[in-house]
Amino acid sequence: MTLEELEQIAKSVHQEYEKYDYEVNVCMDLACASQGAEKLREALVQAAEASGKKVLVRRTGCMGPCSSGPLVRVDPEETLYHHVKAENAGAVVASLGGEPVPELQCDLSEHFDKQVRVVLENAGHIDPEKIDDYIARDGYKALMTALLEMTPYGVVHRITESGLRGRGGGGYPTGLKWSTVAKASGDMKYVVCNGDEGDPGAFMDRSVMEGDPHRVIEGMAIAAYAVGASKGFIYVRAEYPVAVSRLTTALRDARRRGLLGSAIGGTTFNFDIEIRLGAGAFVCGEETALLASIEGRRGAPRTRPPYPAVSGLWGKPTLLNNVETYANIAPIVRNGGKWFFNMGSDRSKGTKVFALTGRITNTGLIEVPLGIKLWEIIDVIGGGVPGGHKLKAIQTGGPSGGCIPAEMLGIGVSYDALMAAGSIMGSGGMIVMDDTSCMVNVARFFIEFCMTESCGKCIPCRAGTAQMFTLLTRICNGTATMDDLELLEDLCITVKEASLCGLGQTAPNPVLSTLKYFKNEYIEHIVHKRCPAGVCNIEAPVEVLA
Amino acid sequence: MRKNGFARYALIETLHTVQSSFGYLDDDAIRFVANSLRVPLSQAYGVVTFYHYFSLKPPGKHTMTVCAGTACYIKGADKLIATAEKRLGIAQGQTTKGGEISLMTARCVGACSRAPVVLCDGEVNGEMSGEQMIAQLERWSVE
Repeated sequence: MTLEELEQIAKSVHQEYEKYDYEVNVCMDLACASQGAEKLREALVQAAEASGKKVLVRRTGCMGPCSSGPLVRVDPEETLYHHVKAENAGAVVASLGGEPVPELQCDLSEHFDKQVRVVLENAGHIDPEKIDDYIARDGYKALMTALLEMTPYGVVHRITESGLRGRGGGGYPTGLKWSTVAKASGDMKYVVCNGDEGDPGAFMDRSVMEGDPHRVIEGMAIAAYAVGASKGFIYVRAEYPVAVSRLTTALRDARRRGLLGSAIGGTTFNFDIEIRLGAGAFVCGEETALLASIEGRRGAPRTRPPYPAVSGLWGKPTLLNNVETYANIAPIVRNGGKWFFNMGSDRSKGTKVFALTGRITNTGLIEVPLGIKLWEIIDVIGGGVPGGHKLKAIQTGGPSGGCIPAEMLGIGVSYDALMAAGSIMGSGGMIVMDDTSCMVNVARFFIEFCMTESCGKCIPCRAGTAQMFTLLTRICNGTATMDDLELLEDLCITVKEASLCGLGQTAPNPVLSTLKYFKNEYIEHIVHKRCPAGVCNIEAPVEVLA
Repeated sequence: MRKNGFARYALIETLHTVQSSFGYLDDDAIRFVANSLRVPLSQAYGVVTFYHYFSLKPPGKHTMTVCAGTACYIKGADKLIATAEKRLGIAQGQTTKGGEISLMTARCVGACSRAPVVLCDGEVNGEMSGEQMIAQLERWSVE
């Protein structure tokens, strides 16, 4: 495979599509699929055949605004239809070449205007199971450019220059990580992709793996070239069967096209990828635990250093990045580091994908330039809180993150600003809560999560989260005293500072941030024995019912 | 196992394959896998019990899985779980006496935009209400 051959494929795909006058794209992501997108697609194919028009019906990955699903976009007009049922297929096809169907058309221009799509640029435009669709949108061009025109050092330099930081949550500079692995000595190195999206309430990585799997593969291949690795692993949750099957198909197609395997692009570069299944353990998102799981052991983290960059899988230098980080690589190599550097805010460059969920009008997947104000995401892109309720808090970073109160909507969304607010960027879950949510109960929910997901290796995390859960349960059912609150605060600090891995160190964050901004709710529970949101059942002795 | 060359590191892969064929992992299966891969039985058992995805008990004829992710929780998944527990007379993670219906919870299936989500025999149902869930349970118990 050479650059010319890639262009040849792209050209033939474009010629093939030029035969059609219209393209009807049907979103087949989980949210739309659960509302009958498959039936709709079949109905559209039938209607298109019956009409005699030249129509291409294509299934695509996530288009974004999941709450309006099932979604259909008609190109080249870019008309977006929402809540499309199989019965509407005839009307949609009949409208082609004429006026759009008014009752199905939706205007989400406000939703899309503030967004910048880098990672999601192909989602909603390509069939994820067709490698040629991806190639036609400049796919694998970056890999070929890197292999044929750049040195490994040049690639690392370009990534460093872009200012990209790890999208898994930690925000470690990607370029720095790459250069550490590149400098590490050893004939065998590994590249690992973390697709263990355990954070409940987040589904960005799933959408990327399902909607645009080749982009992840391309990013990993470029990384392997840059650091000198020849073997890669993608670690995916077993709860994402569609992602697993799409990636399997994508890997097979890439091998067939000579984009994976030996002597890629006629160079001496060899690289192949294997898929590894997770088995439902949140702690496996932690890098050393994930590596242990790939080796077939229990996912228990170990102390660092040595970092995986020096001693990772089977003791070899290992580069480990998140799905979204790899998805950013190809566009950076293609467009240059400066291009990426110019997007975003001061110390947080580029864009970030968020899964916007909870009590908000437009739920779904969004991609915004970093530094965007929180209110722009909530009020403009998200369309505000529905049902006349009042916004209370925004939870970011999942069980490791915190709650940002409604008064702080003015902050910019960046690694540092969120950290200063007591939360973290995390992998990109953004859960909106209104006045029907009790913050103490939410904190209790997260601690329960961390308690059951703690691997049990170190005591602060294993015993600390259990004690915190007991204390929070007592506060929730109104049997706690003010001393308990003090004890809880004390315990938070202990668990935060003494735990071995990221899970334990960040587990108290939801409690600490709610204590910081919503302490009055805790006091209300303890002193006045009442729950301001009416969620906690104070009378019930042990079990807290919502 | 052959696909992975009987490699020890393929323990989790192998267990996945066994569970997807038989629905659960019994003692014989774990013993067989451990022997074949030359992995200590303690390690194999440790792995099985460590990961939530592996089950040591046979599942019921039908399985209802309520997503307990954060977005679903905010939208009342805990109420759904309580409703189902009351209706079936079992706690989450258990199966009804006749082996008819299993009630499970999941740590986020990634369909958060349609919370609360319930999986009925693996099929994703979004924006589930208590009534819809009871109706589904009724349909299963009639069969």
